[in-house]
Amino acid sequence: MSESQKAVAEARNDVKMETRNVNIFYGANQAIRDVDLDITDRSVTALIGPSGCGKSTYLRALNRMNDTIHSCRVEGRILLDGENIYDRGVDPVEVRRRVGMVFQKSNPFPKSIFDNVAFGLRIGGEKDKDVIAQRVEESLKGAALWDEVKDRLQSSALGLSGGQQQRLCIARCLAVWPEVILMDEPASALDPLATAKIEELIRELRERYTIVIVTHSMQQAARVSDFTAFFYMGELVEYGKTDMMFTRPTKKRTEEYISGRFG
Amino acid sequence: MRPRRAKSKLESSFRTPLWHRIAERAIAVLALAAIAAIALIFIFIAREAVPMLWEAEFAEEVQIRDLFFAKEWKGYDEPVFVWQPVGEPAKFNVMPLFVGSLKVTLLAMLMSIPLGVGCAMFIALYAPRAVREVVKPAIELLAGIPSVVLGFFALMVIASWAQATFGFHFRLNAVVAAIGLALTIVPVIFTISEDAIQAVPNTLTEAALALGARKYQVALRIVVPAALPGIAAGVVLGFGRAIGETMIVLMASGNAAIMELFDFTTIVRTVTATIAAELGEVAQGDPHWRVLFLLGVMLFAVTFVLNILGDVIIQRLQKRLTASS
Amino acid sequence: MRHTKQDWLLAGLTGVSLAVILLLLAVLLGQIFWHGAPVISAQFLTESPGADMISGGIWPAIYGTVFMTLLMTIAGVPVGIATAIFLSEYASPRSRIAKAVRIAVNNLAGVPSIVFGLFGLGFFIIFVGGGVDALLYDDPRPVWGKPSILWASLTLAVLTLPVVIVTTEEALRTVPRELRDASLALGATRFQTVYKIVLPNAKGGILTGVILAVSRGAGEVSPIIFCGAANFLPYLPTDLRDMFMHLGYHVYALATQSPNVDAARPTLFGTVLVLLVLTFSLNLLAVIIRSRSRAALRP
Repeated sequence: MSESQKAVAEARNDVKMETRNVNIFYGANQAIRDVDLDITDRSVTALIGPSGCGKSTYLRALNRMNDTIHSCRVEGRILLDGENIYDRGVDPVEVRRRVGMVFQKSNPFPKSIFDNVAFGLRIGGEKDKDVIAQRVEESLKGAALWDEVKDRLQSSALGLSGGQQQRLCIARCLAVWPEVILMDEPASALDPLATAKIEELIRELRERYTIVIVTHSMQQAARVSDFTAFFYMGELVEYGKTDMMFTRPTKKRTEEYISGRFG
Repeated sequence: MRPRRAKSKLESSFRTPLWHRIAERAIAVLALAAIAAIALIFIFIAREAVPMLWEAEFAEEVQIRDLFFAKEWKGYDEPVFVWQPVGEPAKFNVMPLFVGSLKVTLLAMLMSIPLGVGCAMFIALYAPRAVREVVKPAIELLAGIPSVVLGFFALMVIASWAQATFGFHFRLNAVVAAIGLALTIVPVIFTISEDAIQAVPNTLTEAALALGARKYQVALRIVVPAALPGIAAGVVLGFGRAIGETMIVLMASGNAAIMELFDFTTIVRTVTATIAAELGEVAQGDPHWRVLFLLGVMLFAVTFVLNILGDVIIQRLQKRLTASS
Repeated sequence: MRHTKQDWLLAGLTGVSLAVILLLLAVLLGQIFWHGAPVISAQFLTESPGADMISGGIWPAIYGTVFMTLLMTIAGVPVGIATAIFLSEYASPRSRIAKAVRIAVNNLAGVPSIVFGLFGLGFFIIFVGGGVDALLYDDPRPVWGKPSILWASLTLAVLTLPVVIVTTEEALRTVPRELRDASLALGATRFQTVYKIVLPNAKGGILTGVILAVSRGAGEVSPIIFCGAANFLPYLPTDLRDMFMHLGYHVYALATQSPNVDAARPTLFGTVLVLLVLTFSLNLLAVIIRSRSRAALRP
């Protein structure tokens, strides 16, 4: 048993999500082939790989966002705390309340900052104004945005800068108290300064949430993640502790990719 | 036997209000309204026409073959096509009406195809931005004018002008009605043609220009041929609109059912105008009533086919353009 | 680029076709305004027509047109919007039912308006109205099974349905997919997403489409000729079963059936002008809302 696998095994008893024999199809095309992967609780797992390798598709399977694409079909089992989220009788809405998502392009609603963050609470049936106000504040603080927006909560979210918008989307996600947060290249559209802020935030959030992040930047993966999974052509090539992966990859493909020989 | 699982945390917690579920059901049911409407239209028009096949009252007065074929009526010395519902006996030959509809429609198409396509070409190829931004709303405006207003315009203004200019024997005739009709069809042809011309990829025109083609050569040899299916779709849909248009022909065509194929300056009576003008004065279930509904069924069938045809052409075009880009 | 003679010729020919259309439009509007405007007076707009149909005003026709248009909107627009929501938000684009609905909508849009008139007569008046009468009354005199403002409005609601559906669907499609994804990812149900995110963001476009459809319905005459429009009716419809006067129908009747068309000319032009102003102001309203809602989507 290699050292990295041992490290993974140690963490096993703290698995938040497991995927078993996951295959994903778009119509007749197979986008993901037989992926087995464990996602450790309260840690950051990075999914890396060249574009088109299926990492985003896989990510969207973890909270059933692929359900919204009519041609997409998911096979295999994806367990959240031991329960298969693709079982019959599972309500995808419940899955998504526990597994939140932050998208590549920041997508605030054309509403006020406050209403953006409160949206998830209100649709969840929360009516108490004080509870909502408190949760909004707490979430904005959690996303390190509170100090910048506390004086203009009622102004439009579209007036924020790109980086602020993305942190607002994170705050909006935190407000529904998810257990897992999926992030699909959350900083790819941002400048370096805003990116640094998001990365810092991710490191803080790790204390309380399980985070899965797709990124095309290996430096970013190295900076923020505890575990890294390398995808290539729809398959999971290698998985391990991030520091091990980047210093001593076991597979040739991983090494080639990490050293920048293709991508 | 497996023990029953405890209720999962992932099962629906039913916190969505009841009215959401009711509204979703309603949406799914109401979405079928369009299908129901098409079916009901056909069924309930046909229901008033079809009894002609077995009703004794109808058979007494009209023979079905006389609806379509010429007959030598008493007092005539040759077989003729006549629509004369109040004659004695009543004569219901639909051919003069079809001829009237086709004549007016063809004339209107002859005017509106060059006008519509010409406008579209000018706007897409030559017009400066400022002109385009005035013309497009103007044509939308034209498309928004109720047809009774266009009919009124044809009846009051165009008819007098045309008679003074061309010296028509009849003040109201096929030409006048066709001019009125053209006003409703030009926007249809213009809009669809303009879309089709704009959709021709820039790379195509640039390639031709780079080869040293003149602008008119690019227009006539590259752009128009590439947009031809779209223009054809516009023409087909415009034809469907023209043949089904009622108020304009009712007001401006003179409304006498004359079986005259070639002289375009005679009074005509179209299928649509016949229905509009006569149905109000017929008793329900009368043979005349049945024949008028039969005209409706035929009109419905013709436009149905034309619409499907137009759609197929547009879809082909879209497929071709998306496949190539 | 240097233009050759052929270039000028083509530009000239196509330009002439445009000029012809614009000229016709200008003459049309000019004539109607020129001859119509002097007729318009408070009296013309608020009084009932005299017994000769020429003297007096056209108030019952204005009232009837507006009343019918409102009824038509109430009956047709919700159905159209629901269909558009179904097509854009619920149905898979490849599903058979969505395809069937789309084909039906396209064909419905192409059905000649006079055929809608036959439909209104055959279905609403004879089948539905006559059916209700047969069920409820022994009296051979029709109560529901006769032309009325209700049946005319319902017929026009069916006629405008495809316009509402197509324009609403277009408006729904302008809402970015990202917003739907964001809402769903926060645990919103599909209906919550539609109701809280998609509809509020598309409401400008939907309103525009609805108004355009309504303005088309308001001016249609041929479907209502035998479904409820009355030649001459000096009183206002107060009951859904009443017949009604309609601006467009009034123009048709006066222009073709009046014994003295020359005497009717001013009244005719005045009535046409009122009808045009009514439909154009609806169109104008639609254009304004459209440009405003486009501006609002930008940050």
